[in-house]
Amino acid sequence: MEQTLTTTMTVNGSQVTRAIPARQHLVDFLREELGLTGSHIGCEHGVCGACTIRVNGEVVRGCLMLAVQANGCRVDTIEGLSDSKELERLQKAFHEKNALQCGFCTPGMLMAAQDLVRARKKATREEIRAHISGNYCRCTGYQAIVDAIDEVING
Amino acid sequence: MGKAELPLHAPGTQVDKGYIGESTPRPNAQRLLQGRGAFTDDLRFPRLAHVAFFRSPYAHARIRKLSLEKARAQPGVVGVFDGRAVAEYCKPWVAVLAHLKGIKSPAQHAIAIERACWQGEACAAVVAESRTQAEDAVQHIEAEWEELPVVVDMEESLSGKRVIHPDLGDNICFKREHDTGGVEEIFAKADVVVEDTFHFGRHTGVCVEGRAILADYNAAEHSLTVYHATQAPHMMQDIFSRHLNIPEGNVRVIAKDVGGSFGIKVHVYADEMATAALSIMLRRPVKFVADRLESFLSDIHAREHRARVRLACTKAGEILAFDLDDLTAIGPYSVYPRTSGIEGNQVVNLTGGPYKHQKYRARMHVVFTNKNVTCQYRAVGHPIAVALTEGIVDLAAQKIGIDPADFRRKNLISDDAYPYTFPSGIKFEKLSHHKALDLLLRITNYAGLRAEQSRLRQQKIYRGIGLAAMIEVTNPSPAFYGVGGARISAQDGATLRLEPTGMVTVMCSVTEQGQGTEGIFAQIAASAVGVSIDKVRVITGDTGVTPYGGGTWASRGAGIGGEAVLLAGRALRANMLDVAAKMLSLDKAELDVRDNHVINRLTGEAKLPLAELGRVAYFRPDTLPIDFQSELTVTRHYTPRQYGFTFTNGIQASLVEVDPDTGFVKLLKHWCVEDSGTVINPMLVDEQIRGGVVQGIGAALYEECLYGPDGQLLNGNMADYLVPMAGEMPDIVCAHIETPTLQSQLGAKGVGEAGTAGAPAAVMNAINDALAPLGARVTRMPFTPERILQALKKV
Repeated sequence: MEQTLTTTMTVNGSQVTRAIPARQHLVDFLREELGLTGSHIGCEHGVCGACTIRVNGEVVRGCLMLAVQANGCRVDTIEGLSDSKELERLQKAFHEKNALQCGFCTPGMLMAAQDLVRARKKATREEIRAHISGNYCRCTGYQAIVDAIDEVING
Repeated sequence: MGKAELPLHAPGTQVDKGYIGESTPRPNAQRLLQGRGAFTDDLRFPRLAHVAFFRSPYAHARIRKLSLEKARAQPGVVGVFDGRAVAEYCKPWVAVLAHLKGIKSPAQHAIAIERACWQGEACAAVVAESRTQAEDAVQHIEAEWEELPVVVDMEESLSGKRVIHPDLGDNICFKREHDTGGVEEIFAKADVVVEDTFHFGRHTGVCVEGRAILADYNAAEHSLTVYHATQAPHMMQDIFSRHLNIPEGNVRVIAKDVGGSFGIKVHVYADEMATAALSIMLRRPVKFVADRLESFLSDIHAREHRARVRLACTKAGEILAFDLDDLTAIGPYSVYPRTSGIEGNQVVNLTGGPYKHQKYRARMHVVFTNKNVTCQYRAVGHPIAVALTEGIVDLAAQKIGIDPADFRRKNLISDDAYPYTFPSGIKFEKLSHHKALDLLLRITNYAGLRAEQSRLRQQKIYRGIGLAAMIEVTNPSPAFYGVGGARISAQDGATLRLEPTGMVTVMCSVTEQGQGTEGIFAQIAASAVGVSIDKVRVITGDTGVTPYGGGTWASRGAGIGGEAVLLAGRALRANMLDVAAKMLSLDKAELDVRDNHVINRLTGEAKLPLAELGRVAYFRPDTLPIDFQSELTVTRHYTPRQYGFTFTNGIQASLVEVDPDTGFVKLLKHWCVEDSGTVINPMLVDEQIRGGVVQGIGAALYEECLYGPDGQLLNGNMADYLVPMAGEMPDIVCAHIETPTLQSQLGAKGVGEAGTAGAPAAVMNAINDALAPLGARVTRMPFTPERILQALKKV
């Protein structure tokens, strides 16, 4: 039998306790156990950024963290930050500027963008580009994404 | 007829183009922005089983023995199957087309039997209760292999020293020769002849969503429902039906949200066919999602060409002839059902395409190798043809000592020369090369860029400006696949239904992968019917629901599907007016529809809300005349047939700075002028062009699937295979010429592949322009710092 650890975390404001296989990464847990399928799996080796989520307020790659490591942590996903409306301005700007096409990278891209929005009052386009350089988008030319984040940060 | 004159409403009324030409945000983006899309891997099913594949570790090896027993005993395992077991349920395929004369390929099975021909080919399948358990059990499969000689290099393959499929006689999948005659004579007499050999790296699509399929066989009905990340649901319905022996009417293919495709998700994949067969064998739903490492090994790769090209011209700079010899390698199988002969064929069709010369000779070979298969990926053949053409054109301009823009102006086909037949045999309805060049030179401030370049060279800053004119295949007719015997529809259809509430539901056979299909169909439908866009709902990607059609590939969605929506929208409006005329006891000719109301077409006065029309038509038809039946659901189809392809044209420019000490290329800016006919949504078109440009930049600078001499993929992961990221990409300026096609009423041509077609050539020419004062030149993509330093003889 696979070894499990009883783990408790607060996901999008709700406390959950589960016996989690030690080797399961956090985004698999969110998707498979909790049905939070908004965090996507693009590479499972920490490069593409599609699984970017927030743990205790810091953005992390959901595929590079084991679910059991989130014991006692606060985990926020695209679903939670959409319902709380924290991402509302970014989502509106992304929509209006067509800063997404297939939408697969978008939840991770929004999480990364919100990290910059929270940290900075102003940012140059180069800084915005650098900040989202850990998130693959294969559809857009990144320009509309930069435009949208630019609008939210710099007004 | 431009979009401004688009007669959406009856002649004589106030012209109303509605939403066409407007940058309307896509309604379907909202769910994706909240993580509430439905990608195939997001679906949850009772009794869902998961398959993982045992893949060949060797590029070419005989499977002497497969021991599956240990794997079968692992926790959660439902079944373990080899190629023979799956072949009982899934017929093999041979990917050839009748119009590619002489093309040959061996039969391919869903799971390899006896022999693996590339590293990563699936040789056994494990189905388990979870993907984790399936992957765990794969490790308990034991195989005895006999390694076979490996053919990796395409020149070696062409030589035929070792033949991969002995039954085929040689390694040549397909070859084509084209000759207008007179080419040798022109080259013998020409003032100026330039020649070069260009190499194009093998690369792949890297959709962020891996390939995904969930097959759900219902034994009681002998029916199969397949949730599939695909671009072509009806094509797959036909293929599942024929190869799995299920009546076509019992097969339903549903493509929900698809996480990028770019041509990757329009082919038949052996592991996906195996997944569908396993659902039948196990009589339960089975899912396969390619993980990233599997994607690199098994998603189609593309390109990998070596091409020698020659150009003859006069001293005055008039191009006289092109001469091409292209060699491309496709892996061990031609890919079903579109074949892997199309890319090379396109290179022959398109090379030299923008120019006036009358003599052209081409020779092209497609050969087998023991690498992953290659097939049609975004812009199929175009990046090769454009780079060959524009690379050799720049070399000729340099040799004559004429500015590249002036050289192009001398040779581009005149804007008044259409219709025009190019020496390769392809026909152009109407292109606008000169208008596009003029616009590009204006928006780039070309003269200013050249002046700045000279000034900076004095400071040893090496900037380059590269131009790339292009033609592109869009809106393909049945000439692309249907004439060759492929059961791939060139026609698409749209059904529009007025709902009782005055809403309009659109069902269209063209699919959505993020390019904005559903958004532009809503714009067209709203405009054609006369409703506001918030009243329109669009459904795509379900063979059980939409009309029959081809789906999304070859830049065809807007031009073909959009026309079907337009025709259906007009027909629906006419039928609505029949109802209104009866309700209002007015002549239909006096009425029109605008802003969700039937109006008086002359005064614009609102006569009847559509919600009231719908209420009466559906719930109180007893109040209508006894001999009148309303028809508020209509279907229309469209197939382009007057031309084989509706060619578009465009021109790109790239501005780069090359650091001769490090070999790094900094992209400073990129421009694209494109003539895609009627532009339905400029915002969507521009970002789609930018996305295409960025994929083209990937080919030029970063992306290459590297293989060792043993046929092992060396960089099959996202950390080692580089794709463009936000930090390195420049701002990209888009501008448009609009020459609507007269074949359709909408006038839209395709645009999805334009960026990818031209960007590699523009970047290559910019780099070579920057390197020119240093006496260096690069012709092997991708142009890595190492290759640039080699050209500079620094390493």
